[in-house]
Amino acid sequence: MKSLAELAAIKEKMQNRVVLREGSSNIRVVVGMATCGIAAGARPVLNTFVEEVNSQNLGDKVTVTQTGCIGICQFEPVVEVFEAGKEKVTYVKMTSEKAKEVVEKHLKGGHVVEEYTISNI
Amino acid sequence: MVRAQVLICGGTGCTSSGSQKLISEFEAQVEKNGLAEEVKIVRTGCFGLCALGPVVIVYPDGTFYSRVAEEDVKEIVEEHLLKGRVVERLVYNDVAEGVKVENNNVSLNDTTFYAKQKRVALRNCGVINPENIDEYIAMDGYAALGKALTEMTPDEVIQVVKDSGLRGRGGGGFPTGLKWSFTAKNQADQKYVVCNADEGDPGAFMDRSVLEGDPHCIVEAMAICGYATGASEGYVYVRAEYPIAVARLQKAIEDARAYGLLGKNIFNSGFDFDLFIRLGAGAFVCGEETALMTSIEGNRGEPRPRPPYPAVKGLFGKPTTENNVETFANIPQIILKGAEFFNSMGTEKSKGTKVFALGGKINHTGLVEIPMGTTLREIIEDIGGGIPNGKKFKAAQTGGPSGGCLPASMLDIAIDYDNLVAQGAMMGSGGLIVMDEDTCMVDIAKFFLEFTVDESCGKCTPCRIGTKRLYEILEKITNGEGTLENLDEMEALCHYIKDNSLCGLGQTAPNPVLSTYLRFKDEYIAHVVDKRCPAGVCKNLLSIVIDPDKCKGCTACARVCPVGAISGSVKNPHVIDKSKCIKCGACIEKCKFGAISKK
Repeated sequence: MKSLAELAAIKEKMQNRVVLREGSSNIRVVVGMATCGIAAGARPVLNTFVEEVNSQNLGDKVTVTQTGCIGICQFEPVVEVFEAGKEKVTYVKMTSEKAKEVVEKHLKGGHVVEEYTISNI
Repeated sequence: MVRAQVLICGGTGCTSSGSQKLISEFEAQVEKNGLAEEVKIVRTGCFGLCALGPVVIVYPDGTFYSRVAEEDVKEIVEEHLLKGRVVERLVYNDVAEGVKVENNNVSLNDTTFYAKQKRVALRNCGVINPENIDEYIAMDGYAALGKALTEMTPDEVIQVVKDSGLRGRGGGGFPTGLKWSFTAKNQADQKYVVCNADEGDPGAFMDRSVLEGDPHCIVEAMAICGYATGASEGYVYVRAEYPIAVARLQKAIEDARAYGLLGKNIFNSGFDFDLFIRLGAGAFVCGEETALMTSIEGNRGEPRPRPPYPAVKGLFGKPTTENNVETFANIPQIILKGAEFFNSMGTEKSKGTKVFALGGKINHTGLVEIPMGTTLREIIEDIGGGIPNGKKFKAAQTGGPSGGCLPASMLDIAIDYDNLVAQGAMMGSGGLIVMDEDTCMVDIAKFFLEFTVDESCGKCTPCRIGTKRLYEILEKITNGEGTLENLDEMEALCHYIKDNSLCGLGQTAPNPVLSTYLRFKDEYIAHVVDKRCPAGVCKNLLSIVIDPDKCKGCTACARVCPVGAISGSVKNPHVIDKSKCIKCGACIEKCKFGAISKK
């Protein structure tokens, strides 16, 4: 090890692996992953969220996690976004493409993608 | 891409309750469910809640599963990891007061056990994989060494450690920065850094857990100490009885060498440092600093008189800095975050946090780290979860066989070095043994003394013979043969041993006797004058009797008695022959009518 830069490079590379354990993020993205959710295609949605959050280095801000059935099976895959001090946002009938849009506009930009939320069904 | 991580405790406690099997089972189940790409299994160091092991934590939600069995793994993988449904029956949900829980998702930091803790020395234990240097670096590992070598002079490093107020965590409480400055001042062609990991107090396992859970922080801290004091070599003296700790430390040293974090010209600063492990055979006296160095040199582990102090003439006759594992574990954080980070915690004269190993009659046996100044009551009742079976707290022993006991009246004192010494106990390395009403204090003093009699190295007479004579007096007392004169002799002998022994082992050996005598004199008097053991422990002072009014003559007791001491005919009250009775108590447990009792 000859410089601090080398050390920083390793830290950078490893950050994604340990950031999950710190739990300091203030936005929680919860994907419904019960049988109904999985059947409706929640798995690729979840994976898209995880990949996007990691590749765009949002890990310290956003936690992606999963939950069971919340009871609106006909609207699955359901994704809920919790943010401290804000009202919960519920996205329904999600796909990987929609997930990318939510990451871009909502998680990064702070604008709820109204057309995918439950109130627009 | 990994979306969830399963952390499984690989400390000695959880390993012995089967965590290694859990890891293989988790790996198999994750593979079977096609989650290998999404879920990562990590073996970590000790989480602290050893009583509830094996412990498993699932991130990102931080769900805390306790006492997980191999059969439970399938359910956790299929329910939690696949479908996101927490397996509630396994969740440890003793939630601290005032904590709101969302969706039944109890996270580690909400539990009573963790809520009052503050983790500095243990910050990475149970969080990172101790065998992966990259994970340590991701948690700011080696950044403190980098900062010290590239931005600070050795004097500045020592000044920060001085300002932090860190005191030696091995028991004595000597200011660490001051210790470093002594070695730094002495000129020599070679100096050494020694880490004392010879943890010998019965019931103490703080150092083991740090070495098992975060070995790199010791490597880093010793290198920083080497830079500050001008030493280029370090030795870690660790007991051979800690195989997991030794293996992980060895790997840490090798990985650090491979990255050039040990070796020549670290961070291009011209500073060279390398580290070696020496295994101890387990003699208690080798925890004493001069005996430890004698042992590293390859000689019989015996202490040598001080002065000269190690800072002048230590290992191989060269200036040496010796610190305990926990002391070193605090160093990287202090260098990285500054002295204020550390000295903002704790009391006026004891800064920072202290790790305690909770043991004895307490619900949450395990490892806790609390800010100095926390009261004994908070540790025992809140964090430790109180005494099992609704029994009453009687006393807590701190400092193991060198320390003293704190009775119930001291529950509200704030724990720091000076308060404990003022109460006739000591901080010690951090063993905290809790005793309930069923513990006989004379017997406890005898227990600790037996340990020091065994462990006395024999070099000086007061310790070698004095502790033996003292033990014999205690034996007389617990056998009901003691006199009031014996109590006076006992006290005088204690002071003689304390004043005349060569090293810390002998100087502190009488402490358990003196402190129990001070706090529980009535129990000693009861043993000597009334020939009675109030707690019902000392067998020679007990008699087991059958109440003839309650005895129905069922013969159950006579049948269970291993020595045939109980006689009587069916449907008539039985009697115990006291000359045959060995006071095992088997009859008491067997009697359905509550007719048999200890007196």
